Amino acid sequence: MAKATEVAPGDAVHDGNPVVVDRYTTGARINHWITAASLVLLAISGLALFHPSLYWLTGLFGGGPNTRAIHPWIGVILFFSFLGLFIRFWKLNLWEHTDNVWLKKIKDVVTSKEENLPEVGKYNAGQKMVFWSMSVLIIVLIVSGIGVWEQYFGGYFTVEQRRVAVLVHAIAAVMAICVWIVHVYAAIWVRGTISAMTRGRVTGGWAWRHHRKWLRELVSGK
Amino acid sequence: MTNSWTDIKNADVVWIMGGNAAEAHPCGFKWVTEAKAERGAKLMVVDPRFTRSAAVSDHYSPIRSGTDIAFLSGVINYLLTNEKIQRDYVKNYTNISFLVKEGFGFEDGLFTGYNETTRSYDKASWQYEMGPDGFVVKDETLSHPRSVYQIMKKHFSVYTPEMVERISGAPKDKFLKVCEMAASCSTKDRTMTIMYALGWTQHSHGAQNIRCAAMIQLLLGNIGVPGGGINALRGHSNVQGITDIGTLTASLPGYLAMPVDGEPTLDSHLVKRQFKPIQANQTSYWQNYRKFYVSFLKSMYGEKATKENEFGYQWLPKLDVAYDVLRMFDLMHQGKTTGLLCQGFNPLMSVSHADKNRASLSKLKFLVSMDPIETDTARFWENHGEFNKADPAKIQTEVFMLPVTSFVEEEGSFTNSSRAVMWKWQAADPYAQSRKDIEILADLFIRIKKLYEKDGGKGIEPLMAVDWNYKDPHDPSADELAKELNGKALVDLTNAEGKVVRAAGQQLATFGEMRDDGSTNGVQWIYTGFYGPNGNLAQRRNNADPSGMSVYGLWGFSWPANRRILYNRASADPEGNPWSDAKKYVFWNGKTWGGADVPDFVPTNAPSNGSGPFIMNPEGVSRLFAAPMAEGPLPVHYEPFESPVANVLYPKIKGNPAARVFKGDMEVFGNAKDFPIVATTYRLVEHFHYWTKSVHANAVVQPEFFVELSEELAAEKGIKRGQMVRVWSNRGEVKGKAVVTKRLKPFKIDGKTVHQVGLPLNFGFIGETKKAAPINSLTPYVGDANAQTPEFKAFLVNIEPIAGPVA
Amino acid sequence: MFPPIPNPQAKPIEAKFGDKDLIKRSASNITPAAQRQTQVAKLIDVSKCIGCKACQVACLEWNNLTEEVGINTGVYENPHDLTPNSWTLMRYTEYENPESGNLEWLIRKDGCMHCEDPGCLKACPAPGAIVQYSNGIVDFVHENCIGCGYCIKGCPFNIPRVSKVDNKAYKCTLCSDRVAVGQGPACQKACPTQAIVFGTKDEMKQWADKRIKDLKSRGYNNAGLYDPPGVQGTHVMYVLHHADKPNLYSGLADNPRISPIVEFWKGFTKYAGLTAMVAVAGFGLLHHVVAGANRVTEHDEQEAKRLAEK
Repeated sequence: MAKATEVAPGDAVHDGNPVVVDRYTTGARINHWITAASLVLLAISGLALFHPSLYWLTGLFGGGPNTRAIHPWIGVILFFSFLGLFIRFWKLNLWEHTDNVWLKKIKDVVTSKEENLPEVGKYNAGQKMVFWSMSVLIIVLIVSGIGVWEQYFGGYFTVEQRRVAVLVHAIAAVMAICVWIVHVYAAIWVRGTISAMTRGRVTGGWAWRHHRKWLRELVSGK
Repeated sequence: MTNSWTDIKNADVVWIMGGNAAEAHPCGFKWVTEAKAERGAKLMVVDPRFTRSAAVSDHYSPIRSGTDIAFLSGVINYLLTNEKIQRDYVKNYTNISFLVKEGFGFEDGLFTGYNETTRSYDKASWQYEMGPDGFVVKDETLSHPRSVYQIMKKHFSVYTPEMVERISGAPKDKFLKVCEMAASCSTKDRTMTIMYALGWTQHSHGAQNIRCAAMIQLLLGNIGVPGGGINALRGHSNVQGITDIGTLTASLPGYLAMPVDGEPTLDSHLVKRQFKPIQANQTSYWQNYRKFYVSFLKSMYGEKATKENEFGYQWLPKLDVAYDVLRMFDLMHQGKTTGLLCQGFNPLMSVSHADKNRASLSKLKFLVSMDPIETDTARFWENHGEFNKADPAKIQTEVFMLPVTSFVEEEGSFTNSSRAVMWKWQAADPYAQSRKDIEILADLFIRIKKLYEKDGGKGIEPLMAVDWNYKDPHDPSADELAKELNGKALVDLTNAEGKVVRAAGQQLATFGEMRDDGSTNGVQWIYTGFYGPNGNLAQRRNNADPSGMSVYGLWGFSWPANRRILYNRASADPEGNPWSDAKKYVFWNGKTWGGADVPDFVPTNAPSNGSGPFIMNPEGVSRLFAAPMAEGPLPVHYEPFESPVANVLYPKIKGNPAARVFKGDMEVFGNAKDFPIVATTYRLVEHFHYWTKSVHANAVVQPEFFVELSEELAAEKGIKRGQMVRVWSNRGEVKGKAVVTKRLKPFKIDGKTVHQVGLPLNFGFIGETKKAAPINSLTPYVGDANAQTPEFKAFLVNIEPIAGPVA
Repeated sequence: MFPPIPNPQAKPIEAKFGDKDLIKRSASNITPAAQRQTQVAKLIDVSKCIGCKACQVACLEWNNLTEEVGINTGVYENPHDLTPNSWTLMRYTEYENPESGNLEWLIRKDGCMHCEDPGCLKACPAPGAIVQYSNGIVDFVHENCIGCGYCIKGCPFNIPRVSKVDNKAYKCTLCSDRVAVGQGPACQKACPTQAIVFGTKDEMKQWADKRIKDLKSRGYNNAGLYDPPGVQGTHVMYVLHHADKPNLYSGLADNPRISPIVEFWKGFTKYAGLTAMVAVAGFGLLHHVVAGANRVTEHDEQEAKRLAEK
């Protein structure tokens, strides 16, 4: 499926030296960082209750009971915050044929030989995979999380359902954290990326190197 | 109880009927579980419902409420026709060989001598045939047609297993299993105990239910024997005590009689009661009645009681009729009562017919409620909607609530069903400003006396004559009162040789020391010895069982004379030897009687004298044929006053022909057409009467009134489990949740399906449980012909589902 | 009669077991004492039980619990289930025995079974919130409890309940406070028929044997002891008339064991999850070391500029 555009509202190119490209609006960035913060807090508080060796992390939240009480509420925040991101980004994350090509050349991706890759729109296949897996995992987490949320929903499920929920929640959380690690690592590894989410801008060179198709469209639409 | 709680452990068969010991007496029931676990005893339960007792039984038979006599008579018939009787026992220790006077008869359900207008019998034709020697005439061969044996055989022959099934709905096989289990105890080495409670007494023929049981036990040779007996399980921790102390209007303490009209002098009262033996060499212990009576009067009036004034006999009221609780409320209803002092009593709930009770209380000028908790009665005037339909604007009764201490907040004694008097010590401080009952009564007594002294008044002599000699007249101590119950020597008591056996002022050791000349006192002869010269024996807590027969002689004091099994002479054969080694209890050692228990016999009265073990009877033996009963010397199946079917045996007779029915109450009996369903009432183990609905934890474990009914009736009426239902009788209605259960099953009565519902009684409109209308809104206003115990256990209702939450 | 436990003395007694006697502690590694205390057990003889609920009330009273006054829902159970305040509950089943044709009213006192292999403890994430003493008692330590409800998932008998008031999990303690001073549990003390007895586990097994013999003599051929091996035995055991069908007794588990889901969660998942996360992070680190950063070159910037200026 081909998308009509690779450009999101607010994306823009500014001439200069270097060229500066607006990648994320202020709203998108706030939304992202709320999501990011929630996810980190969720990961820490969740891990604290996941493995005894990490229980000390509950100290960050004011002890075990607080951790238990806060974690699901952060989950609710995450869910709605991510929903915002989802609404913003889902269209540009739709899968395309070139994504398959990109994926097939994953060796060139990890070795930074981007010249061998097809030109990429706003998001490459890796980013899209992070996006979609997070979307799915967060739905799984919120649903299973409700099943585990003893304080308000304990009475609505059988013990067997709750057991399944807690297992699914744990597995999904592990996966989400792994995806998150990939996401964070990619942002660090691909230098110049972080500014997209801090100041909302990237350099033209960054866009040229990693999202040329997106840059081209931005330029042509200027 | 003839026997003791702990003695139940010696039983080989335990029969629970007319009671639900596991539910109403869970602590005593432990001795049943002990007998089962330790001796392999078998438990059988006969009840309209599959009860909690039935849950742990070996055999259960259903029975329609109110047909116990038919069932039990069927058992008697089985024992007689199958020769399953302990012959030696029956021949020697019962009146089975006695001849009844010529002219005695039984026809169409009535004995000779019936007067329809007075609903009572002239018992002249029921008496024994007496010989010229003044003793009863007997036929040892038991073949004389007027011998009790032959009369019984004839009388009970109609109660075949088929007839029992037709009347009671107990399936023949289940009934026969009961017969067989009972019959297994007709041997000398096995005994059966019977446990009953208000499921037998609260009928218009309650006393005859118990008579039936007594007859079965006598035929099996199970009275006076360890593991046997007829055991009345009392419903309160101290209800045995209050009966002993004579709070029933017709009796004085120790089962002495209140004088009645036509007994103008002490002698005219005594002559009717100092029974002379009607067989040679019999004890006939009531010959000592005068000693007990005079001692009582000496306690009552002290120095004012003299030989010259018949020891104050004239100060005692003379009853015209028995003022039982039904009559009290009927009089109140007629507007003849000014005030009511309700002490530890919640009559609005516990006397039949709540509406009538409320109307009666409304006619009082004042009502005093002395109770540790707020009772429904004390709030009878308050409108609680459908739960208590009172209109305060129309009620002028002034109500006083006097909070009293609860049993743990005061010292005193409890007498349990085993007749064991046990001291209890104060365990907690009185709550707020509550005072002891004794304090309040003493205060009242002193104030009323003062008022009379000041203002004078009619008939004040009895009040002025009362001996009120306590250290603190405003607060007589439990210890003083206990001593007074026991009695003491007022002068030095000497024996025939002139030796002082009891010095003046000393407590009496036994009632045998009581004298009829005013030289002893003692309120309650049967308790004498419990606080003797050796102190308060009720305080003993030694749980030694030296004989290994579950006889705890050093625990408290069991009246009379610390005896644990009554009539225990009967545990030995006529020669004084135990019937069997297994049941060795009290026996003749060649010189005296002795054994595990205090012999219920003159210890030196040798077997060769031929004295019978039933020393309270002039016969010296027990009565299978009992003339003193109001409705006949032998039990007859009469239907309850409200019955779904006509009497199969005697269709013309409605209810017990000798039961008293007040004006206006006969008319409100319901008929089977409008009210086809039998109802019965009972307690729940989670509650104690109407008290614990005010206790949080009890309310938690049983929070709301409910109605138990069978799955079949529920299906017929479209009632779902947990749904609200309305149950109504010809007198009132109640609403409760439906407990639909397999534990109730419809009966087949004479070919017709009869349903039964169960109504637990513990709920009301005051307390922590959900509000409920009292179930005595439904119950009929009629009592037993002998004891006037209300017929709570069998009456007619109808039932329908109503709107409300379905759980 | 099982010899009754004598009443306590008025003077204080030192506790017979405490923290030094733990053999298991939730979410913690501990070294159990070398010497295990004699194992205790409560034996509930269903065949002697009259369903009087004295045990329920005794439990409320001893443990200072206040339960709500509920409603009747057409059954004898009240409350309707275990709650954070009701740690024990009588459950009633009306069973028409197809073999004898007789109705049986099976009454079972429900509550914590004190499993030798406690699922609650296994599931608990809070260190020390659930402990097992060497005498077998499994106890909740409320100051360590975080109220997550994992114990509920771990329990094969559906016993623990989390309070809505303080968000702590509650269940029968086997009156560890009473047992520590030589008494039996409050329910046992209150039981009028000795349907509940308490002693060492060996004593209880012997006593049960006697009871089973009696039941067999009354025609209950399948009478037996419920001491389920799936949880390595329990410290609360039942004598059942129908030991072949525990499920008859208000759904008593036929073959209780810690749910495989819980075992998988608390076993494989716990370790594999951590490993996976560490592995992914490690892989990233390794990649960065080997492959280095993906940097934008000057050439890229020039290309972008050229494009932009077109």
